[in-house]
Amino acid sequence: MSANGWAVVLVFLPPALLLFTVFVALPMAEAGWFSFYNWDGYGRPEKFIGLTNYGYLIGNATFSRALVNNGIIIAVSLLIQLPLALAVAMMVAGRIAGAAAFRMIFFLPYVLADVGAGLIWRYMFDGDYGLVATINGALGLQPYYLLADKDWAFTAILIVIIWKYFGFYMMLYVAGLQGIDKSLLEAAEVDGASSFQRFRYITVPQLGPMIRLSIFFAVVGSLQLFDIVVPLTGGGPFDTTHTMVSFLYYFGITRMRVGFGSAVGVVLFFICVTFAIGYQRIFMRDD
Amino acid sequence: MTETSLPAATAASTQDLSGRRLNPLAAIAIFGALVVIAGIVLVPILATALGGFKELGELRSNLLGLPHVWVWRNYWGILSGARYWQVLGNSLIIAILTVALTLACASMAAFAFAHLKFFGDKFLLSYLELGLLFPLATGILPLFIKIRDLGLLNSYLGVALPQVAFSLAMSILLLRNAFKQLPSELLDAAMMDGCGYFRYFLFITLPLTGPILSTVAVISFVGSWNGYLLPLVVLNSESRYPWTLGLMAYQGQYNTMWQLVLAFITLTILPAILMFLFAQRYIVAGLTAGAVKA
Repeated sequence: MSANGWAVVLVFLPPALLLFTVFVALPMAEAGWFSFYNWDGYGRPEKFIGLTNYGYLIGNATFSRALVNNGIIIAVSLLIQLPLALAVAMMVAGRIAGAAAFRMIFFLPYVLADVGAGLIWRYMFDGDYGLVATINGALGLQPYYLLADKDWAFTAILIVIIWKYFGFYMMLYVAGLQGIDKSLLEAAEVDGASSFQRFRYITVPQLGPMIRLSIFFAVVGSLQLFDIVVPLTGGGPFDTTHTMVSFLYYFGITRMRVGFGSAVGVVLFFICVTFAIGYQRIFMRDD
Repeated sequence: MTETSLPAATAASTQDLSGRRLNPLAAIAIFGALVVIAGIVLVPILATALGGFKELGELRSNLLGLPHVWVWRNYWGILSGARYWQVLGNSLIIAILTVALTLACASMAAFAFAHLKFFGDKFLLSYLELGLLFPLATGILPLFIKIRDLGLLNSYLGVALPQVAFSLAMSILLLRNAFKQLPSELLDAAMMDGCGYFRYFLFITLPLTGPILSTVAVISFVGSWNGYLLPLVVLNSESRYPWTLGLMAYQGQYNTMWQLVLAFITLTILPAILMFLFAQRYIVAGLTAGAVKA
């Protein structure tokens, strides 16, 4: 390589490598290291306690609940959100009146920050003001505080998640649908395929790469969900609505339990990375 | 909604995916379903914006109706105070720092990876691409300690630098693919003329890859503008809060006065909505293309 080429390498690479190493790679490695210590973040980590932090996690009912909640979010994303997004994409991908406007409306919540969307829905769900209060008032019922009800608060969060994110997946599917060769569908119709058959045997397989991609994003996003929990419930009532990351925040960061919080982070890391690598090996090899 | 033309009138021209005409009944059913979903999407946003114009008591019973009396002081109080402009300004500073540094660092690295072969190039690229797999939350406590030790706590850079670092993997991937797709004859010709890599990068590569650069800019801007966890951990004085933190602090302070909180929510999400309306093409393309191409 020419001297000019070497100069480029030596000038152009270091900024990215330095930033990535200092702010991404090192903290990840340090999380693994700190997780073996009992440390409040001052001085150096000295109280080595082995796997004790992980032991706390296994016996912790709130963390187990958070793990289950992450699982429920994944299930709802895959079984309700993605099919809904696909159905809506099918509706707006054709030339229905106002298709472009509908697409923009459905995508809009995705552009809003989670905390904004979360507070909007906190108002909707509030017992004294907003949607629930208006309906209850009209029916002459007692005020009902949905977000304080430990049986239903998490369902409320799931509703907000679907509301905020389905438009993003719809947009992915619209892009995929527009890439399908129309002559395939026409040929199938000429051959007498019903509209369900055309959907099942042409549209879905043709959308395959996009569907696999959307499942990947839905799972990885669900595992890391945090922002939307804070404005809605803050993990309450009775710690029933935590996710892994909100658990990490409320029990690790706010109390400066660096070792314990890092252990939570390491668990999250292994779940995410195992899923990502396994999924890409198995399902996205050809995409 | 801009398109309120009757479905029956347009049904005749309505086609499905394969360009086949839908029967009018099906078209009306689909249109009806879309209107219902659009209603569900828009009601909370509209109720919030309208709620800012109401008295508190009215919020108990009048969700979507126009205010009995338009109350301007909720919005006006916020707009004439310093707090709102300060949180928007902070968000803007952090987002601009993040976008500028991301574009600079990622395009330079992507250029080196696209055009030069050197010892360890594959290894370094896969090292950086690990960033696609790592969840931010995992490293957040060590990151906090690092930022504190670097003296960047409570500073704009303390938020922007990690945001840049976390967006590098995706940005480099997108840019490297685009840079590689430029015809190689261009590079050969430029080198023959003694142009050199640096000038080639500045005067050929960058100007020719505007669309992908804007995609990267959109992704990192939206990510930064909407960011919450990182500023929450790094910033501790309200004078530095971006709007996401400022909104939560405002809500905490005026907890029971929903009319004020609603006005504040509306005003803080307004820039995102306006940006979306004016640049929807770029934003939709950027956010979805980023996902698809990576």
